[in-house]
Amino acid sequence: MIDKHERSLSILKKNTMSDTKGRKNPIKKFLDSPSSLNLMYIPALLLFTLFIYFPITQGIKISFTNWDGYSAHYSFVGLEKYHFMFTDVKLRRVIVNTLIYGLGSTLFQNILGLTYAVFLNGKFKGKNIVKTIVYFPAIIAPLIMGYVWYFVFQYKGGALNDILIFFGKEPVDWLASGPRAVWLITFVNTFQWMGVAMVIYLAGLQAIPKDLLEAAEVDGASGFYKFIHVTIPLLMPAVTVSIVLNIIEGLKLFDVIMSMTAGGPGSASHSMSTMMYILYFSRQDAGYAAALGNLMFVMISIFGISVLRLLRRREVDL
Amino acid sequence: MTKKIFSYLTAFCISAIHLVPFYLLINIAFKTTQDTSSRWVPPKYFYLQNFVDVWTQTRLDLALLNTSIITIGSVATVILVGMLASYPLARLPTRFNNFIYTLSISTLIVPALTVLVPLYKFVVDIHGINTFWAIGLVHTTFFLPTVIFLYTGFIRTIPKELDEAALIDGCNRYEIFFRIIFPLLKPVTASVIIVIMLGVWNDYRFSLFLLQRPSVQTVPLVLSQFFSQFQNNLPLAAAGSLLSMIPMTLAYLFLQRYFISGLAEGAVKG
Repeated sequence: MIDKHERSLSILKKNTMSDTKGRKNPIKKFLDSPSSLNLMYIPALLLFTLFIYFPITQGIKISFTNWDGYSAHYSFVGLEKYHFMFTDVKLRRVIVNTLIYGLGSTLFQNILGLTYAVFLNGKFKGKNIVKTIVYFPAIIAPLIMGYVWYFVFQYKGGALNDILIFFGKEPVDWLASGPRAVWLITFVNTFQWMGVAMVIYLAGLQAIPKDLLEAAEVDGASGFYKFIHVTIPLLMPAVTVSIVLNIIEGLKLFDVIMSMTAGGPGSASHSMSTMMYILYFSRQDAGYAAALGNLMFVMISIFGISVLRLLRRREVDL
Repeated sequence: MTKKIFSYLTAFCISAIHLVPFYLLINIAFKTTQDTSSRWVPPKYFYLQNFVDVWTQTRLDLALLNTSIITIGSVATVILVGMLASYPLARLPTRFNNFIYTLSISTLIVPALTVLVPLYKFVVDIHGINTFWAIGLVHTTFFLPTVIFLYTGFIRTIPKELDEAALIDGCNRYEIFFRIIFPLLKPVTASVIIVIMLGVWNDYRFSLFLLQRPSVQTVPLVLSQFFSQFQNNLPLAAAGSLLSMIPMTLAYLFLQRYFISGLAEGAVKG
């Protein structure tokens, strides 16, 4: 889509050039045309093809085999891995965990992030320090964040148990129960990323025109009413961004789980990502790992896209 | 007045709660292994041996060097490739180019991790395991969608008249990009650098798969070994964690404004 103006310009340019140089070779001619700019995205496309699209097709192929992950020989087993996957009772727990990691962290991060943002949107000294501190975990490696919290939840000498002992209670082995470990990991993930949600909401809040809120005030709206009926609708673009981002990241959760429980006890706190890792490197069942990867791919795409659609519809234009 | 006091009190409580895990980490890292006092109590002596031990007994220095090389390489490559790709995608929105754009951006929604098994196989096949170039290219590819999104969005806001004026002045199309557009991309490049620097520096998933030889391992990999290796010497592991946090923390404290707006912009990518 070149507009007329530019086209006439290029004709002008071409004319002047052909006056001086006569006929041009076709390569030079192509390089002068606007569509030659498309050459500039070739490296990017090449990388996408090699490291994303090609592996996706290979992943589908591997999931139909009994490949062990390293040997040269394998045979096609059809849908066996998928059949096994959908009848594996242990995997159901893993899928539920993945959903808790994804949806649970999203819920907590956004509620807390929004609450903090509303609080920090007020006027008082030192709010930048609070912002800096709350946001800080986002720059730490998730793996290390998991270790840091491990010192809190550890059974022997853990900081949380020290408090229980101080109040004369029995210490608890926090990470020894699968379901509890899943929620604690969700909590750690929330702690790490809620600062990002907070910053997104803070930016959203600051973009809301003051006169709209003042108009609502003149009409006699209470603070709470104003928040629900003016602030929230205008904040929907920020909500969309934050929620979609959190869901995708949460469903992929890997590092924190590895550092806090490594999927244990047993396989009770595995997410699909950590399960894939174990299947591939420890159990040498690459076919199954690839099948699980494909399921995850479909699951995350469906969640991501449908949530995006749902939320986009609720956005209002100013 | 009471409202002000309430605000300050809340601000103080929030800050305190969010600092607790780091306070505990510092306490642990500065205590001897024999010290069994509660982690809530700071040591009553000054003790740096954990840091010395971690530095001399492990190859944290090598890991820091490896991580820096990978990070700098990946950031430079992804910026170059992403910038180049964004210019035609922003300036020539033909139907085909819009399709290419959507294809690039859709990899944001599609999770990278799910292709790890075939990706690992592919990297083995091209002899890229334990090499910096392979992990660098993988990081580059998986950060490209974000970078293309940010740059295309930004280039679209640059008036087209600028390109046309340059064309009249005799620049060819590539000169326009390098002389006119490229210098204007500075502000968005600052956010891009920070988003990708953090992502690559802190990466564990890709590194775990693609870097297995000790000589090429990155900081998160080495730290995960500390924790299994020093299971009964956690002060050492804590000291290691603390040391590994220093570079990014310093960068964060000095460039705070860019970090916060950078990640928020990077986040606004749906």
